[in-house]
Amino acid sequence: MNHPVLADHFAPGEAHFDECLAEWPRERRAALAAAATTHDVLAALEKDVLSPKDFMALLSPAAEPFLEQMARRSREITLRFFGRAVNIFSPLYISDICTNHCRYCGFNADNHQKRRHLTVEEAAAEAFALADAGIAHILLLTGDARHIASPEYIAEVAARIKPRFASVGVEVYSLTLEEYRLLLQNGVDSMTMFQETYNRELYEWLHPAGPKHDFLWRLNTPARAARAGLHGVGIGALMGLDEFIHDAFCTGLHAWWLQKHFPGVDVSLSVPRMCPHEGSFEVKHAVNDRQFVQYITALRCFLPRCGITVSSRESAYMRNHIVPIGVTRVSAGVSTAVGGRVVEAENSGQFDISDHRSVPEMVRDLAALGYQAVAKDWEACDF
Amino acid sequence: MQQDKLVIGGVELDSRLFIGTGKYSDDALIPAVCEASASQVITVAMRRVDRGGTGVMGHIPSSMRLLPNTSGARNAEEAVRLARLARAAGCGDWIKIEVISDTRHLLPDGYETAKATEILAKEGFTVLPYINPDLYVARACVNAGAAAVMPLGAPIGTNRGLRTREMIGILIEEIELPIVVDAGIGRPSQACEAMEMGAAACLVNTGIASSDDPVTMAMAFRRAVEAGRAAYLAGAGAVSHGEAVASSPLTGFLR
Amino acid sequence: MRITVNGETEEITEGLTLLDLIRERGLNPDIVVAELNRDIVARDNFAAVRLNPGDSLELLHFVGGG
Repeated sequence: MNHPVLADHFAPGEAHFDECLAEWPRERRAALAAAATTHDVLAALEKDVLSPKDFMALLSPAAEPFLEQMARRSREITLRFFGRAVNIFSPLYISDICTNHCRYCGFNADNHQKRRHLTVEEAAAEAFALADAGIAHILLLTGDARHIASPEYIAEVAARIKPRFASVGVEVYSLTLEEYRLLLQNGVDSMTMFQETYNRELYEWLHPAGPKHDFLWRLNTPARAARAGLHGVGIGALMGLDEFIHDAFCTGLHAWWLQKHFPGVDVSLSVPRMCPHEGSFEVKHAVNDRQFVQYITALRCFLPRCGITVSSRESAYMRNHIVPIGVTRVSAGVSTAVGGRVVEAENSGQFDISDHRSVPEMVRDLAALGYQAVAKDWEACDF
Repeated sequence: MQQDKLVIGGVELDSRLFIGTGKYSDDALIPAVCEASASQVITVAMRRVDRGGTGVMGHIPSSMRLLPNTSGARNAEEAVRLARLARAAGCGDWIKIEVISDTRHLLPDGYETAKATEILAKEGFTVLPYINPDLYVARACVNAGAAAVMPLGAPIGTNRGLRTREMIGILIEEIELPIVVDAGIGRPSQACEAMEMGAAACLVNTGIASSDDPVTMAMAFRRAVEAGRAAYLAGAGAVSHGEAVASSPLTGFLR
Repeated sequence: MRITVNGETEEITEGLTLLDLIRERGLNPDIVVAELNRDIVARDNFAAVRLNPGDSLELLHFVGGG
């Protein structure tokens, strides 16, 4: 195993998600999805509290004819818990040097493009440009190169920019419990960690080398961050890598498990999906628009209080239509390259975005849909 | 259904109806009530003896598992003292923690209850704390080593049914231990409702004892609890018969 | 000699055992629990425990309850 510290990987007496996932092997999931009936779908839509089996019914082919009902239910639940407000945030890439070899990723170490690692001051300048544009929740992203973009570096950037943001989140490589605590002490309050796929075999093939190769270490990372005391933990699968039903189900199950074990943590979901042609990577299981809506609405019914984030991978057209159905958080003013606002960028970024709207454009468009764009919906007390 | 056992503190039970021994017009009714209810668990209280008093034990069939309560306790210390005395009576180590210091509303004190639960669980008791259906108190009791959690459906003795339905629903959803709805259940339909929701069992005393015909009422509760449990296991069906709707205001944008 | 039984001071014969006192009151020792000066007395010891002046005794049993 490649991870630096084993001690908090399997701390005795603590529950780990891999144990829960093991109770839902692929065959069991496939059998449940195949056996789901119209009756199961309608029954699930009427329940206040859904079981994982109900969730599977909503993801199954049996639910496809009921997409409009699911959308209605999802919209009703979302309005009840979140009202007519959508949180806007912006990602900030501060370092794209990466030692991983993820076959689908633009930052893959084999991709010999020019890389850039911002100094703390450069990162702050980029961040402050976002603050000037009205962003209060920021998400810091790095590649996986802990010798360069070290936990100490990330902590330093966070501490430097925190005074101008209500919330600083990170979407970086897997950290240890102590490293998450270090970030917490430096103003980071939330983290996002995509499992990419819950299919272990496929995961190990997709991530053939580098620290990210270790499936279990990554799988148990969100719980580790929660244990460290972070307020928000976001998860998601990169849809398109494995068959829709499997990664969709496991993502929901993971969030459900996190909510159960960490009732004080704000668990949220992201629903990124790959385009049919992502760079030179062949996407075997591209998720179509109907499946995408089925996914979001099923998640909403299963996890009524979970925030759901949709990134600028999706078009403005799609985002405008799915916000009223169940999305609670969108990004705006996005660039997936390091630099580009104040500091010069070296390359075109991690992936192509579809929605190029600036912060003011996003605010205006949400208002036209009848939603208030909320820049700040949370901030930790500064003791 | 054959395999549907309720397990509390390692003990397997076939019946999900717990009954009480208080408030009967004549304690001699108790054996017939036990039989009609098919219950296996019965509660008793502990009191100072009167000269020549016989107590209630003479009326309780030996097959019943005794669940002494700590009624009369006003704090954790008194509850612990009563529990130890109850165990000294030699009828097992099950104990229902009941700590009440507000004599007007007779509502349980969650903080003191959790404290008593912790002490007694460490001493090897099978502890069933009686609580308000409060998620945090329930979690405190779980962490303290409770074997089951007994939330109230309505203030004790009111026969008002599941006034705390929403909160009990949350406990059923969140707490891994058996949820035994205690207090407030006055009618079989209310017990049935609790079981349909997923409660593990119901404890009924006043609802049976204060009926004009406790034996028949005990039978009615038995059937209601069984019906509710069966319905829960069977899974409720959809209420409306949905069809794929023609107009799609929310999903029509999907081209 | 005087002892306190269930909160009331009483005059009892000297030299009585706990079992004697329970029987004298018409109680069944098999269903009574005793606490002497805040310590629980095991039922098997009822016959061996001799009461002393100033003792505080609690005698309890199960009654109807919910």
